[in-house]
This record gives sequence, C-alpha cells and structure tokens, in this order.
Amino acid sequence: MRFVFFKNGMMKTINILYIGGHFEILETVIRLINANENWNGVGVMKDEEAKEVFRNKNFSIVLLGSGIQEESEVELCDFFKKQNPNIVIVQHYGGGSGLLKSEILLALENNKN
Amino acid sequence: MEKTDKITDETIKQHVLHKAHTRGHANHGWLESYHTFSFANYQNRERMNFGVLRVLNDDRVSQGMGFGKHPHDNMEIISIPLEGDLEHQDSMGNTTIIKEGDIQAMSAGTGIFHSEYNKNKDQLVKFLQIWIYPNKKNVAPRYDQVTLDLKDRHNKLQQILSPNPEDEGVWIHQDAWFHIGKFDNDFSASYELKKPGNGIYAFILKGDFTIGNIELNERDGLGIRDTNLIEITANSANAEILLMEIPMQL
Repeated sequence: MRFVFFKNGMMKTINILYIGGHFEILETVIRLINANENWNGVGVMKDEEAKEVFRNKNFSIVLLGSGIQEESEVELCDFFKKQNPNIVIVQHYGGGSGLLKSEILLALENNKN
Repeated sequence: MEKTDKITDETIKQHVLHKAHTRGHANHGWLESYHTFSFANYQNRERMNFGVLRVLNDDRVSQGMGFGKHPHDNMEIISIPLEGDLEHQDSMGNTTIIKEGDIQAMSAGTGIFHSEYNKNKDQLVKFLQIWIYPNKKNVAPRYDQVTLDLKDRHNKLQQILSPNPEDEGVWIHQDAWFHIGKFDNDFSASYELKKPGNGIYAFILKGDFTIGNIELNERDGLGIRDTNLIEITANSANAEILLMEIPMQL
C-alpha cells in the first residue's frame, strides 16, 4: 500500500482540518499531523471557526475529534460536503498517535478511489 | 449466513485467524510491542479491526520505563497486566498500581491524559492494551480498576469485563464481555455468546488450544462471527485464554 502524491513533479501537501473540543488534545493531534512533512494540520475548537478556515483553505480531510455535539456534527458535515463534495470526513478516535496515521492513510486511499 | 447454535465447519469459515508471528512488531528499546491490528507505524489494510475491537497490543516495557503523559478520547481502553507492576497516573487525579490479576478500564470520552510506567526496577512489565470503540461518544471520562481472584479462572471462564457496573469485573461503554480461563490439559469448556449479532475474538495468553477445528498457539488470535456458541479445548497444561465478545457493527 503506497500513498505518494505528486503534482508537477512536486510532493503535494495534504491539508487536514481537525475539530475538537479539548484544547490539549487538539494541540497534540496537530503536532502529530505536522510531524509528517507532507501533511499540514489546522486545528479549531468552534464550529464557526471550522467553517471559516474551510472556506479559505483547500482541505483534503476533516478529522472530527471529541466534544462535538451530534447536531453540530451533522451541520458541519453538510457544510463541508456542499463546499467540497470530494472532502473525506473521518471520525478521529483515541487522541494520540496510535490510530491517527491509520485514519489519515485510509482517508487518503478512499479519496484516491 | 444463518446463525447456528454451535460452531461447525461451516461457521468456522466466518473466521479470521491471526497467527502470532504475523502481527506487527515495534521495538523502541524501552518498549517492545506486537500489534494484532494496525497501530502507529504498523499499517495493514487487512488488519484494521474486528468489529469494535480496534487495538490489541501485546506490550513489554523495560524496568522503570513507560508511556509518558498522552491523550485519549472517545475510546474504551482496557489494560490487562500479565507480569510485573504497572504504575498508572491520569488527569482525573488517579495514581494506582496494577498487577497480574487486576483489570484496568478507562472511558476516555471527552478526553483524558494518562501515563503508564513499569513500577519495577528489576523486571519487565508485560501487559495487553486493548482499545474498544465506544457505543456512546463524548461521555464523561472515568477510570475503573478491579482485583480478581486468579483461582476463579482455573478450569472455568472468569468474567473480567461487561457493560454492567453491577456485574463482575470492570465495565465499559460497549456491549462487550471479556473472560479469561486457565485450563488443565484436555480440559474443555463452552462459551455461549450473550448478545445476538456479537462476534468473539479469542487470544491465547499461554499454551495451546483448539476452537472448533482450528488449532491455536500462544499469542494467536481467532475472530469468529455468526455463531452463538464456541467450544474450547486446552491442548497443554496451564493453558490460558482471553475471550472477547464484542459487537461487530461500529
């Protein structure tokens, strides 16, 4: 299984939006995402912030962390899909590094398909 | 496929066999870990989960070393010490030691931080780390730990985990039941699943077993779906097995 993205001979940076209600976990997840040189993580805690950054940046993946209410989740997913029908939205579990890589690689694979 | 009352050659086709040597392996010096499912740098598209069972790590931590403070959210995390003592600290203010015979469960819910260290200065600590997807997101974080009598698992299946706070063992936010049995050679037992639709994942802690017509050795894993009953036979002395009944749908 390989996940290599080239565009005009250059490695493409994957923009990943993380939304979560726990600030320390948000910081940890963004640090872990950015530890990969080809991934760029942006973290927000509020729905409106999420919509704002999503309008202004081309994201490939949205990770939904803890503390998001069910109604907010539905509304956000609807918003993201309307803005970008190809967006891959993934529930992020676990908080740390254990599952993050799997979640992102799987999302990229699904996006490619 | 139709459900059957007991495991047969037909139902055994509904299984996944994870031989011990096919697991992912990571050696960080202070930590040696075997991953049954994809975890951290071990990525295998065919080994993502079995139902709601997402992580089964077989960890060995060097003397005095351990996992520093790190976060979890929306996951049920179960630790089962096999040898040595593990020192636990978390953001809820708990500081405890867990040892063989103890079971630890954490509902990470909206978020917790914790650390786990080998308390011993003279021996490895060996423990299983198991992560289960919860049936409810964003619950209040909680910590649970029990000490069980090891004699109660000799030639029987001792319940160590359930969804019910009043029941034996620890409890979690999921319709899951875990049991451990330590059997004499040739001893057989049956396990009847408690909830329709659930599957069962057997993990061999010590020795050799047969389930259905499948022979299992130490640290092999066998996941079975679409059955209501399994029969287990020990093929060696002091053989020890962990049975995890879990929902198959996330």
